[in-house]
Amino acid sequence: MSIRIINGQILRSGTNRAEMGSLTVDKGLIAEESAANEQVIDAQGLLVAPGIIDLGVFATDKPAFRFGGITRAALMPDQSPVHDDPATIRFAALKGKPDFWVHPLAAATQALNGQHMAEIALMKEAGAIGVATGRKWICDSGVMLRIMQYCAALNLPVFVHSEDAGITGDAVATSGPTATLLGLPAAPAMAEAAAIARDLLLAEQSGAHVHFRQVTTAKGLDMIAKAKRDGARVTCGITPAHLFLSDNAVSDFRTFARLSPPLRSEEDRQACLSAIADGTIDVIASGHNPRGPEDKRLPFSEAAPGMAGAETLLALSLNLVRDGHIDIGHLFRLLSSNPAEILGLNAGSIETGKEADLIFVDVDAPWQVDSTKMAAFAGNTPFDKLPVQGRVRKMMKGGKVID
Amino acid sequence: MHASQSSLKKGETLIDTAMTLNAMRADGIVIRHASSGAVQLISDKVDCPVLNAGDGTHEHPTQALLDALTIQRRKGEIAGLTITICGDVLHSRVARSNIICLTTLGAQVRVVSPPALMPAGIEEFGVTTFTDFNTALDGSDVVMMLRLQNERMQGDFIPSPREYFHLYGLDERRLALAKPDALIMHPGPMNRGVEIASNVADMAGRSAITEQVEMGVAVRMACLDILTRKARAVEGWA
Repeated sequence: MSIRIINGQILRSGTNRAEMGSLTVDKGLIAEESAANEQVIDAQGLLVAPGIIDLGVFATDKPAFRFGGITRAALMPDQSPVHDDPATIRFAALKGKPDFWVHPLAAATQALNGQHMAEIALMKEAGAIGVATGRKWICDSGVMLRIMQYCAALNLPVFVHSEDAGITGDAVATSGPTATLLGLPAAPAMAEAAAIARDLLLAEQSGAHVHFRQVTTAKGLDMIAKAKRDGARVTCGITPAHLFLSDNAVSDFRTFARLSPPLRSEEDRQACLSAIADGTIDVIASGHNPRGPEDKRLPFSEAAPGMAGAETLLALSLNLVRDGHIDIGHLFRLLSSNPAEILGLNAGSIETGKEADLIFVDVDAPWQVDSTKMAAFAGNTPFDKLPVQGRVRKMMKGGKVID
Repeated sequence: MHASQSSLKKGETLIDTAMTLNAMRADGIVIRHASSGAVQLISDKVDCPVLNAGDGTHEHPTQALLDALTIQRRKGEIAGLTITICGDVLHSRVARSNIICLTTLGAQVRVVSPPALMPAGIEEFGVTTFTDFNTALDGSDVVMMLRLQNERMQGDFIPSPREYFHLYGLDERRLALAKPDALIMHPGPMNRGVEIASNVADMAGRSAITEQVEMGVAVRMACLDILTRKARAVEGWA
């Protein structure tokens, strides 16, 4: 059955702004315009954009993803049990279907111990479309090189965490006046660049596609920008937290602002905004990691890192457009088409033949983030009480409207 | 009550412990905890006054007050004094509280520590930093030594206690670099021979270490008095 979406601000692939018009969906795919449409959907002037592909979440949390306009997510292997064998991968891949697609990432090492390679090829056959080191950096450079070589041969992207573990130790904050005042274990921000430097060399040696899941410092971004100029096959991402908060957000020991990597200095935050604008950063993801009070109502150092980010991802990211850093076309490359390209998915942009994963967005609709009223199964957001704009009014997955 | 004898050991969370203490309707709670921020977390959840007796590497406010009182008794006035704090500043809640207290009272505070034990950005608290103890001692009115914990002496942060004493231990020879009447302080418990030589710690007329203990009793009595005045319906504090 074909569907004709009318009166929409359609954000087509390769354009920088949405244009009023219509869009045809046929057999679950974006189709050429045709006269014979069985169903008409009036978009009522809303932005019609590709569904968000959230690159690297820690939980399958459908209500939060639905609220946030996320139609697919790459699930990190840091689960209980760890996604390090084909059975857990196969199970995870089925979890959200049909209205939501989970793309599980395979653990690079057994139990994410950083030492012994997991069965990456078998997990690929079970549905893994990428490999991840998890929340941790793999210390042993030899192990990391062999993982990258293996993934290059299997044509799987490698998602790496970028913090040199020897430098970070038990740190829960970035070294600086805030961490010093609070007496929190802290590590210098350069721990990130130290990890990136090594992994860029390993990427070059192995030929693997390496995705630095979160790059949050000026030094780290400079290295990635240079590697890209030199033609390296690397991409990188960030979460809105590192774009809109600096480390003074952890003042008063606010555990909702305990993140991994930790929040950085204001200078680094500004560098991240510049790297969004200049294209160094390829992806904005939520890093969705809902954590209840048992993990967060604790002294800062004992609290688990992470934030519930899925439902605020779009609204916060729209601030980048409102503040003039990027245009709306660029934003959805960061949220949808670049993640699709990294994962090798036939989705993430509005062009003929792509999966019709669409969101209908009222970009100006105001609302307030409220940690007590989240769709996610926990409300650990450092953006509590922040007024934001942008609500998803309707969602389509594979050409079907999701209620 | 010690944490190991409370239900914390049975897996009760700190917040639950706080709620339990609150339900007992205590007039005040004094807490020492190994995690920075733990005391604030508890104070947000209980109705009675909470006295921070030291939280992790964050703060130890009564130690700073008793140190200030000791200095004031010995030196008359704190404003204008040059006070040198030496040792494991990174892990010291005593150092943090003293830096805040003494700079607020107008002292020039110098901070000395091995590079690995100097916290980043400490200069922003209005102190001058040194890695060379001898340089820092020049012109000091007060020398405050910090305890170096055993677990940090075995190669992780400094190579050995012997080498630490060589560079950062306060002995008579080094004390001579400070002002002739410089006051010697230590929050205790001391590692004699690691951060401070015995004869310096016990130097009559110069060492204020036992007086610090005495002032500790007075300051904590005062804190408990003031914090419980409302509960005791003292006039003007209701």
